[in-house]
Amino acid sequence: MFVNQFLFLGAILFCIGVYGVVARKNAVLMLMSIEIILNSVNINLLTFALRNSSTDGHVFALYIIAVAAAEVGVGLGLVLLVYRNKKTISIDDLSEMRG
Amino acid sequence: MQNLSVLAAQWVAPSVDYHGLAPELVVAGGLCLVLILDLFIDDRKKWLLSVISSFTLLAAMIPVLTLALSDVQVRSMFDGRYVVDNFSLVMKGVFLLSGYVVVLLSSSHVEEGEYWRGEYWFLLLSSLLGMLMMTSSRDLVSIFVALEFLSIPAYMLAAWRKRDTKSNEAGVKYFMLGVFASAVMLYGMSLLYGVTNSTLLVDVASQVTGTGEFSAVHALAVVFVVVGFAFKVSAVPFHTWAPDTYEGAPAPVTAFLSVASKAAGFVALVVLIYTAFPLAHDIWQPFFWGLSALTMTVGNVLALKQHNIVRMIAYSSISQGGFVLMPLAVAGMSGSANSALRSVVLYMIIYAATNLGVFAVILAVSRKTRSGEISSFGGLFSYAPALGVLMTLFMASLAGIPPLGGWIAKFVAFQSLLSSQSSWAYGLALIGAVNSVIAFGYYGNVMREIWMRPVPDGDITQIKIPGSLTLALGITSVATLVFGIFPAIGLHFADLAEIAGALSR
Repeated sequence: MFVNQFLFLGAILFCIGVYGVVARKNAVLMLMSIEIILNSVNINLLTFALRNSSTDGHVFALYIIAVAAAEVGVGLGLVLLVYRNKKTISIDDLSEMRG
Repeated sequence: MQNLSVLAAQWVAPSVDYHGLAPELVVAGGLCLVLILDLFIDDRKKWLLSVISSFTLLAAMIPVLTLALSDVQVRSMFDGRYVVDNFSLVMKGVFLLSGYVVVLLSSSHVEEGEYWRGEYWFLLLSSLLGMLMMTSSRDLVSIFVALEFLSIPAYMLAAWRKRDTKSNEAGVKYFMLGVFASAVMLYGMSLLYGVTNSTLLVDVASQVTGTGEFSAVHALAVVFVVVGFAFKVSAVPFHTWAPDTYEGAPAPVTAFLSVASKAAGFVALVVLIYTAFPLAHDIWQPFFWGLSALTMTVGNVLALKQHNIVRMIAYSSISQGGFVLMPLAVAGMSGSANSALRSVVLYMIIYAATNLGVFAVILAVSRKTRSGEISSFGGLFSYAPALGVLMTLFMASLAGIPPLGGWIAKFVAFQSLLSSQSSWAYGLALIGAVNSVIAFGYYGNVMREIWMRPVPDGDITQIKIPGSLTLALGITSVATLVFGIFPAIGLHFADLAEIAGALSR
């Protein structure tokens, strides 16, 4: 088992995802970056589950996949709502309230 | 795969304690009823849905009371992954009652708005169901599922006014930061699972030890998980969503988010640090110290310069969150663990009563003034003396003036800090004391508007308060007064020996 390599992959994906959320201004790209973080979590969980030969990690990963789908459903709905009202999906244009 | 099939052969159906699950089952039944009825009943009869929602929440209080009176102290289900103990029962009661008050606050607001009424009640009840689950979850997976269960409907509630761009903005900001925070928290949980080989909090606790073998991965895991919930309780520097979301969301939803959703975050934090990381206090104590000091100070300073009343309450609720976090900075010391738990629970109960009262007054006044400015409260006492007195009462309670509820909450928090007898705790208590004085600046400003300023535009027509709002005002003001004058009542509920399953220290 190449445990280290898989954990390394998970860590790299996590960093890419965090960078994406912080740097991107497009709401859909931010959602995709969040999905990348969730996938890095799943890789981590499966690696640890195989290393420790327990099934808890598999179950956790399945829950994350299901909940992430619900989350993105709501997220895309919200982005669509903003697009209908403002004709833009840039986070920077959402600045009516300040202070 | 072989591993899985071996385990499948050993599987036996878990025994379910239906009495212990009854509050959740009642709310789940109620929300299904609301969702189905919404499809079939006539538009003019939609007010029935608010009645059903409020009765669902009151009906769910019945099993909470019977569970509290029953002889079984701790009901543990699914190998200790779902536990009904005194802590979870008290918090279930807080969530159900504050949910009931939010229903009272919303009913007239929702009826008059010509919006999606049925969906509103459905989302509110599902979010509350998630909170009930959060109080009993003692496993990383069920904490995660409960967190998403309470958050996802809350994102939709914040964006509930579909045509209003402010409400859209509120929803999107809340969603983006909330989902990002839960993703970071999940990464921490995956590391926690990796180093402890279990998702059950009690097993995690026995693996995460403060003695000797404490690796960087342990520290990273604990900090990431705590950061995820710091977003939920809007602790500085993870608070940036809160003012915008509170201002843009419909006012009853803001009341719900600032009270129930915040309390759910604190419940999760308390469960995690008492059952999962009790021995890792070297990591989280300094972290909570910094978080609490920053949250109190930044929230207060920014609240001072606000003109919009809801935005001011948003910053005030951030700084109140700092006071709740304060005793957690000493919760790892053996002498003050119990008093810290008591202080957090008591603060949440009293803060819920007072803050819901503030929103009830804001909703009542904005029915006439149609304005969110603090100056719209000018001369309130001259034309609506009852509302003026009640708002003064709630503001004084938030500021911590005796003999009101907020005073006893702050007193117990400071008592818990000082009982730990460490110089760090004394420092934090000093910062807290300075902040309580600063906070009087903006709470006092609202009182000055009510009592001393002239009425804007000289418009002194009476405010018509609907019955549900009057009931909400009555419940919250009586609770604020009673907790302050008879502190023993609040302390009776908050005096929990410990959370079931926590390692004895």
